[in-house]
Amino acid sequence: MSDIRSTQGAPETAAAVCAHCALDVPPGLLDAGAERQFCCAGCRTAYAILHEHGLENYYAFDDRRDAPVRPTGKRYEEFDHEAFHALYVKPARGGLCTVDLYLEGVHCSSCVWLVERVPLLLKGVVRAELDIRRSRAHVEWDPATVTLGVIAHQLDLLGYPPHPFRGVGAEAMRRKEDRAMLMRIGISGALAGNIMLLALALYSGWFTGMEVEYERYFRLVSLLLTIPSLFGPGWLFFQGALASVRTRRLHIDLPIAIALSAGFGRGAVNTITGTGPIYFDAVGLLVFLLLSGRFLQNRGQRAAADAAELLGSLAPNAARVVDDGAAGGERNMPVEALLPGMVMAVRAGDTFAADGDIIEGRSAVDTSLLTGESRPEGVEVGARVFAGTVNLTGPLKVMVMQAGETSRLGALLRRMEESARRKAPVVQLANTIAGWFVGVVLVLAVVAYVYGLRHDPERALDNAIALLVVTCPCALGLATPLAITMGIGRAARRGILIKGGDAIESLNRPGLILLDKTGTVTEGRVRLVRWEGADAVKPMVAALERESNHPIAIAVQQAWPVLETLDATQVAQTVGGGIEGVVTGKRVVVGSPSFVAGRVAAELGVTPDPRIEAFAEEGLTPVWIAVDGVIVARAGFGDPLRADARASVDQLRALGWRVALLSGDHPAVVRATAQQLGIDLADAAGGASPEEKLRRVEEARTHGTVLMVGDGVNDAAAIAAATVGVGVHGGAEASMSAADVYLARAGLGPLVELVEGSRRTMLVIRNNIIFSIAYNTLGATLALLGILDPLIAAILMPMSSLSVVFASWRGRTFDVEPASPAAR
Amino acid sequence: MSILFLILPLALLVVFIAVAGFIWAAKKGQFDDLDTPAMRALHDDPGDKKPGAPPKQDS
Repeated sequence: MSDIRSTQGAPETAAAVCAHCALDVPPGLLDAGAERQFCCAGCRTAYAILHEHGLENYYAFDDRRDAPVRPTGKRYEEFDHEAFHALYVKPARGGLCTVDLYLEGVHCSSCVWLVERVPLLLKGVVRAELDIRRSRAHVEWDPATVTLGVIAHQLDLLGYPPHPFRGVGAEAMRRKEDRAMLMRIGISGALAGNIMLLALALYSGWFTGMEVEYERYFRLVSLLLTIPSLFGPGWLFFQGALASVRTRRLHIDLPIAIALSAGFGRGAVNTITGTGPIYFDAVGLLVFLLLSGRFLQNRGQRAAADAAELLGSLAPNAARVVDDGAAGGERNMPVEALLPGMVMAVRAGDTFAADGDIIEGRSAVDTSLLTGESRPEGVEVGARVFAGTVNLTGPLKVMVMQAGETSRLGALLRRMEESARRKAPVVQLANTIAGWFVGVVLVLAVVAYVYGLRHDPERALDNAIALLVVTCPCALGLATPLAITMGIGRAARRGILIKGGDAIESLNRPGLILLDKTGTVTEGRVRLVRWEGADAVKPMVAALERESNHPIAIAVQQAWPVLETLDATQVAQTVGGGIEGVVTGKRVVVGSPSFVAGRVAAELGVTPDPRIEAFAEEGLTPVWIAVDGVIVARAGFGDPLRADARASVDQLRALGWRVALLSGDHPAVVRATAQQLGIDLADAAGGASPEEKLRRVEEARTHGTVLMVGDGVNDAAAIAAATVGVGVHGGAEASMSAADVYLARAGLGPLVELVEGSRRTMLVIRNNIIFSIAYNTLGATLALLGILDPLIAAILMPMSSLSVVFASWRGRTFDVEPASPAAR
Repeated sequence: MSILFLILPLALLVVFIAVAGFIWAAKKGQFDDLDTPAMRALHDDPGDKKPGAPPKQDS
């Protein structure tokens, strides 16, 4: 029970730590009188829910998630719609219903604990089971007591926004394949074990003498056991070899199939004639070991496919459509039924279900999903809004222009899928080697046969067969999957989640690293970085900004949490401009330079301000402050670099990579960031749309390895198209599902570890391959000389596999000298 | 030693039963999720309230 510590105490010891998520509480939200502090309203709600139901044991987990709870504010009414039930809900015994939900944000054992205790929180929920690796919860409930919408809302409040799982068909297929592979391994393992027991008896008899009837009997039983092993589980390799021949693409299955059939064929003939060696023990063991290697390889790729399913589940499920009729009633409609020309009513907090033009209302829209821009954008009648973005402040009526696949989000996701599909599979090192391996072995076998015919005709065929069997690339087939699986496992322990072995092989060839800026290189949060002006102005600004929840206003609140409290009256906000009001009798205007200049010019008239340029060069968002018509202060807001960014970029360069920036942010800001990181300005591209990012990645791929690192949905297509796509800590789930690697720790340090660890893993693989080839060369030499008897072969082959297993296990890959102390 | 002719098939029968058991378990999905049950095992500490008698279902 090492991960359980005493329940109480932790929240109180450090006053400025959130009682729920243990992150620092922003100074502006400190409540000196309260017993517990919270970093945000979401955490406060989650804490209250847990407290009310006696689930404080949650806080005993050492590894509970350290992310603040951010409820989406969605209502989940569509989860109770009949169309939704028809699609996703299945009836269960006793009038119960079941559904599979994708949960965002589940990471560790505390999440399992919490999600599975939902039945305690809500009456009517019978069972909640979480599959942590697939982020999937299986929920069973009594529809007479509680509705699915309520359950979904509760999960959302706890910080796990649910989505219906849309890939049931594909999932069922993958599960079937996985089970089939497991069964193959089980069958071949049991058969191999028994064949080897018989072989042991035969070898013993070989030395001490054995009556012929028993020898024949044992050989026959061995044959009977080998047949199901080879034609059952082992058939996979013959299929692979056949496909390899048909498509003329060399694959390691080809030499495997040759060795297996040579050994089995000769063994069967010798069993019937009663003379000569049988190779059944070797064949049985080969099938078992190779299947195990294959299974490990597949499991890594499964995880990637599982994660990709999530993307389809993120789009909104239903839209509220205004009827044409005179009554003007509204009804819910599945997204699939939306057509251009329909009018959607979108309430504050809802996600737009389709692209469209606003025909009524004004609001602010969070477009971060599409553009990566974290600042809300003001919209009015006539403005275009896009599916996937979120309506923040006011109700809107939107005329649908593009829906579903044709919407911008749909197109983006389609391009992501396309580029993921188009992506040429990495030719694995083992397969490349298998290519010339086949040729060399076949030539050697012929040489052995011809040479044997001249000197020792009786043993010629046996020598050639022995050579084919002993050179079966068993260790070669195990070398790559084992080392990669070990590497992936160790990386996961360090917070680097690698979805497939391909990523490791690709990262071994240094090329271009494209870094997204916001949230990847920087913290992704707006902060007050510069203040030019008198301190006396600060309380006035703070008083105004307290009235707003704009990111700039929040940055101001965080920067000056303890200023004396003034009251602001007649506060008015202009979306995309600024905020103005009256504080202590003075008229205060805070906003973008043009907005403030406009207000000032009306009274005084000013010339363009040269300071705007200076701020822009440093990558800061300028905010001017005017009091009674005179500009008295200038503030610069920016997104500070992560602490380890510069050092990490230098380390990556030292490893031979070229580092470049690719951001959707303003070019000037991107240039400033590039300067701070020491990146060549020519390599710093700003203002890139998602489509532009994708184009640049595809272009760069023609020159070599491209590593794309990003955090938003706007990066998703580019991440999918890159040789290796990396999603970073705190990013959108969509970018994570498109990525080959997900960094679960903040900062760029893990990225360096990823690159360095991959290099080391490939080193282990190379050593393994050299090892196994050395064994094969030894075996082949013995066979050529005609002194390879079956016993030596039987010892040599497991030895080579065992040494590869040992080398993979001992190989130092991702666990070498941590670049930085653990992020926690 | 002729007992071997009887005992070997018997031993193989035992193997067959074991393999059949494994296949049955794999088909039932016992090996589908190998990560979560490991985490779940440590959860039920003494202070934990048991769910209000949810119908125990074996599926």
